[in-house]
Amino acid sequence: MANPIPAATTSSTQAVQGMANSYRRKELRRAFQSMMTSRWALVGMLILLIVTFVAIFGPWLAPFDPNRQNIMMRLLEPGQEGAGDLTYWLGSDQLGRDVLSRLLYGARVSLLVGVAAIVVGGTIGTVAGLVSGYYGGWIDDVIMRLGDIQLAFPFILLAIMFLVVLGPGLVNIILVLGIGQWITYARIVRAQTLSLREKEYVEAARAMGDSTFSILFRTILPNIIAPLTVIASFNVAGVILSEAALSFLGLGVPPDVPTWGSMLSESRDHLLSNKWWMAVFPGVAIVFTVLAFNIIGDWLRDFLDPRLKENG
Amino acid sequence: MWTFLARRLLQSIIVLIGVTLISFVSLQIGGDPTYLFVSENASTEEIEAARIALGFDRPLHVQYLSYIWNVLQGDFGNSLSYRQPAMDVVLEAMPATIELTFFSLVLAIGLSIPLGIYAALNRGKPVDGGIMTLAMLGQSIPNFWMGIMMFLFFGLYLGWFPISGNVPFLEPLLEGEFREAFSNLPATLHHMVLPAVAVGTYTLARNARLVRSSMLEVLQQDYVRTARSKGISETRVVVNHAMRNAWLPVVTMIGLEFGFLLGGVVVVETVFSYPGIGRLVFNAINQRDIPVVQASVILLAVIFILLNLIVDLIYARLDPRVKL
Repeated sequence: MANPIPAATTSSTQAVQGMANSYRRKELRRAFQSMMTSRWALVGMLILLIVTFVAIFGPWLAPFDPNRQNIMMRLLEPGQEGAGDLTYWLGSDQLGRDVLSRLLYGARVSLLVGVAAIVVGGTIGTVAGLVSGYYGGWIDDVIMRLGDIQLAFPFILLAIMFLVVLGPGLVNIILVLGIGQWITYARIVRAQTLSLREKEYVEAARAMGDSTFSILFRTILPNIIAPLTVIASFNVAGVILSEAALSFLGLGVPPDVPTWGSMLSESRDHLLSNKWWMAVFPGVAIVFTVLAFNIIGDWLRDFLDPRLKENG
Repeated sequence: MWTFLARRLLQSIIVLIGVTLISFVSLQIGGDPTYLFVSENASTEEIEAARIALGFDRPLHVQYLSYIWNVLQGDFGNSLSYRQPAMDVVLEAMPATIELTFFSLVLAIGLSIPLGIYAALNRGKPVDGGIMTLAMLGQSIPNFWMGIMMFLFFGLYLGWFPISGNVPFLEPLLEGEFREAFSNLPATLHHMVLPAVAVGTYTLARNARLVRSSMLEVLQQDYVRTARSKGISETRVVVNHAMRNAWLPVVTMIGLEFGFLLGGVVVVETVFSYPGIGRLVFNAINQRDIPVVQASVILLAVIFILLNLIVDLIYARLDPRVKL
């Protein structure tokens, strides 16, 4: 004999789920339409797709091994042919490595650092902001004052101070860049949590005996994802710029890992002899990638919260 | 007024203590900090002697207190490569950096305000779109790469501007050599144009957008409509009514911008071999001259904190709604 009550619950749960799904589909369609009608957002998305494609398939696209040195072929101008029938489309560097191949490999590291740092900073900041906003009191004070101290410090100086002691390395730079960003997320999440914790559905969750963990991460967090994605998008752009600057100073990843920033760093010694291709191409790659993230960030902000639209 | 000042001062002191704590921690984070101060081929006895001489054998809290005491006196130890007190080395490079930062701030703010206002007044027209597109681009260009491109094009190819070094202005001025300082000024500026544009582009772009949106918001306010309906000329409406209020968010930004600019200067100086703190830090990084890196970073942080304090005070004066 089937018990009618669980059956009813299941079907109503399914109905709610179905409504949520159709709402999500509608939102996605709305996002897609908004993107299609915004020329800028399309351009940004296109650049981002290309960079992501290159980051994933770079090793198969690259004509050369990015670390293969060939002293006979050093500092070749773009378009010159090397050994065999391979062409150095974007020239070669001071060690005879192919600039195009290094550029393609570099996409992977730049994106990886950008996204990983955001994940690190975003996670720390979100947890700190949720705890800070939900509990208030001295925990809130301590967390926010810590953030104030950090913000009173120009970030790049902080990064220099830690990286010069820790030494260059992929993990080190991701951690330092990530930790540099946490307070941005913490502030937003805290402000949102403060207002959400008084809402009826949070009250309901509490009354139903949900654990604090569940209230924070299942009830409150899903409602503040929207502003977080906007910040994250701008933030990836900022982090990629910072990574390039730190690599340029020799504090980024080790020299055998090609990144756009370290390529620019190496070009510095060859500026006076006008080896422009070593400097131009990695920079263009950075500009386009950062531009794409900035454009997407702008579009996301307008899409998710039309009230914030920059009157444009 | 006095309570605000006292609270803000107290805040700054707490932040400064935080700064010393962070820099102290940064020394300890990589393990035994003694190794940062001895040469790579030092013998075990030499390392042991250095550890005792530098005080790294003492308990951490004792180390921190003596660290603070030394920092308060501006004592960061001797530079490992210059063989003189690190702070002296840093202070020597300071005037050049201040000159460059100040010049790029003036350039960025001076251009962003008219550009932002012009774009706002021509909202939706091609010129607005053009300015905003450039601003978007300006926010996406790494400052040092901008420097490299200008170095190659305006410096090497066209030969319009010098590509390295500086001519001091502030230094003779501080020494009381006014005549020398002012006769240097044209050459000083000529040397600073390329690095200052490179450093200031990001700030220029961001502020132009900020001024524009702030201006657009103000232009929709009732008091602007009232002013217009009184038949006041459009110029006076913009200058007397709108601009005065559009200023406020920009002033707040300036303090923060200075920090950005300082950070940018550190990187861009190396492109133009500009003899300021940035190049000093860059060389110190490569020689692992920790005292110089620490002294530079802390000095810049202190300057940044003081400037923000000053900006807050100015802001409170400009906006009567902020109670002093």
